Amino acid sequence: MIRTQPIIELSHLSKTFRVARRDPGLKAAAKALFRREYTEIRALDDLSFSVPEGQIVGYIGPNGAGKSSTVKVMSGILTPDAGTCRVCGLTPWRARRQLAGRIGVVFGQRSQLFWDVPVIDSFELLRDIYAAPQDEYTANLARLTDLLDLSALLRTLARQLSLGQRMRCELAASLLHSPQVLFLDEPTIGLDAVSKIAVRQFIRELQRRRGTTVVLTTHDMQDIEALADRILLIGRGRILRDGTLDELRRTHSPLRTLTVEYGGALPPLPAGAAVAESQPGRAVLTVDTRVLGVSAVIAALSAAVELHDLSVASQSAEELVAGLYRELEL
Amino acid sequence: MKKYLSFFRVRFLTGLQYRAAAAAGIATQFAWGFMTLLLYRAFARAGYDRFPLPFESLSAYIWLQQAFLALFAVWFWDSDILEMVESGSVAYELCRPTDLYTMWYVKTGAARLSRAVLRCAPILLVAVFLPAPFGLTAPASALQFLAFLLSLTLGFGVVLAFGMLVYAAEFFTVSPAGLRVLVVALVDFCQGGLLPLPFLPAALRTALEWSPFGAMQNAPLLVYSGFLTGGALLRTLGLQLFWLLALVLLGRLILARGLRRAVVQGG
Repeated sequence: MIRTQPIIELSHLSKTFRVARRDPGLKAAAKALFRREYTEIRALDDLSFSVPEGQIVGYIGPNGAGKSSTVKVMSGILTPDAGTCRVCGLTPWRARRQLAGRIGVVFGQRSQLFWDVPVIDSFELLRDIYAAPQDEYTANLARLTDLLDLSALLRTLARQLSLGQRMRCELAASLLHSPQVLFLDEPTIGLDAVSKIAVRQFIRELQRRRGTTVVLTTHDMQDIEALADRILLIGRGRILRDGTLDELRRTHSPLRTLTVEYGGALPPLPAGAAVAESQPGRAVLTVDTRVLGVSAVIAALSAAVELHDLSVASQSAEELVAGLYRELEL
Repeated sequence: MKKYLSFFRVRFLTGLQYRAAAAAGIATQFAWGFMTLLLYRAFARAGYDRFPLPFESLSAYIWLQQAFLALFAVWFWDSDILEMVESGSVAYELCRPTDLYTMWYVKTGAARLSRAVLRCAPILLVAVFLPAPFGLTAPASALQFLAFLLSLTLGFGVVLAFGMLVYAAEFFTVSPAGLRVLVVALVDFCQGGLLPLPFLPAALRTALEWSPFGAMQNAPLLVYSGFLTGGALLRTLGLQLFWLLALVLLGRLILARGLRRAVVQGG
């Protein structure tokens, strides 16, 4: 399906919060009774980006960068001071209730299931709240039950679910009304390895089968690595980097670590490669891929010494992002 | 409309689960009812028997009050809503295609009604079989009983609308516990929770009868006991309807302002 219009479009969004501040001590406290001092915090500062339909966007940035403010604007919960925003063709803060039917939200730290009733009751209630047609609901429920392995959970009270079980139910709950856009905020927080993988597989599957657009906010870089087609990095209320993980790697993390076990004596290394540590018969080299390829180094090595073992490692996504935060002074 | 009905159903069924709490509540209400009646009897025996209500009416007032406590006691706050407003996570409620005021009104209504349904039957049943003048006597006529039901419904609606005012007001204060303590003490007295309003001095009584507080439990309980008939009855029902509409309107306004604040300030 080709659409000329992106499904999410933000341009020049700004939002400033006023936060009360005061100096420590009794005197300052007394003064604050009469006159408060406020500091302005720019949560969003001329923020623009757009997302085409069917993309999974990893929206990352350090705490306080403006991630959740952006998600709140896009879901109609927060009104910006300036700028425009269209989600599914609607301006969120003007058409909040209309938009609510087209988007799904999962906030990892908050439950949308009703605590004291079986999960299936919550689902049926959500069906009525979203006025989802019965046949659509039945089909969605069957599919979600199958994909997320919920059949054993539907009759359980929500408060008796484990965290991983609850998150699977939360995902299902947010998708019963077939939303076009899904906002996920920390969907794998606190989950064990098996549940994390199940949740990630499900999100991939959802995008593949339904073409659902997903905005994924997370601090878990493995989520990003496994899911994001594209990464948006936000800091101080602005988009600072926009690209795929590979692109970010190419530009921001050009070093590869080459560990070799060999027999013989190491030859002089070509420019761009350096020895990080060495013991007899084993060396760790760093290769700057901006200067030369890893394969050139391997070729040079294998011509001079007998290679027993060799491994190449690039920075993990975690390290890459930590490096980026440092570089951007976030 | 269907979404609010389903919501009501789920909350109502949830409330019906708490059997132990209901049993404890019934015991408390019996004890409270008996103690109150014994107190009035002590006054009557000591010669202070110029009560504005006959003792039978007083007994009916007290037993109905105990049976329907969950409908009228202001202190049945909904901890979900309070928590949401205090933590600011109320903003997430806006991710649904629903009207927040209606949703909360229905939610608190269902919670109170489910409690009342569990508790009223045993209390009413026992009260009916108590010896005169301590028992619950039947109303004078079917018409009077119908008027009681209507007044009960309206009074319940007024209490819910008043609760919504408090929830909405919590948007504007950092620590709302103080407001609630004050409201509970004041409203309980003003709606005739401590003492039926006819016992109060004439001026105060008149003022309260015209206020929204007189439209809460005072109205249906006095209608049942036959204290309000004819013109006074019609006036009371009219006032109840008026206050219901007025408080709902006011609550909607305050909630909309509070939400705008949350939406603008970021929750």
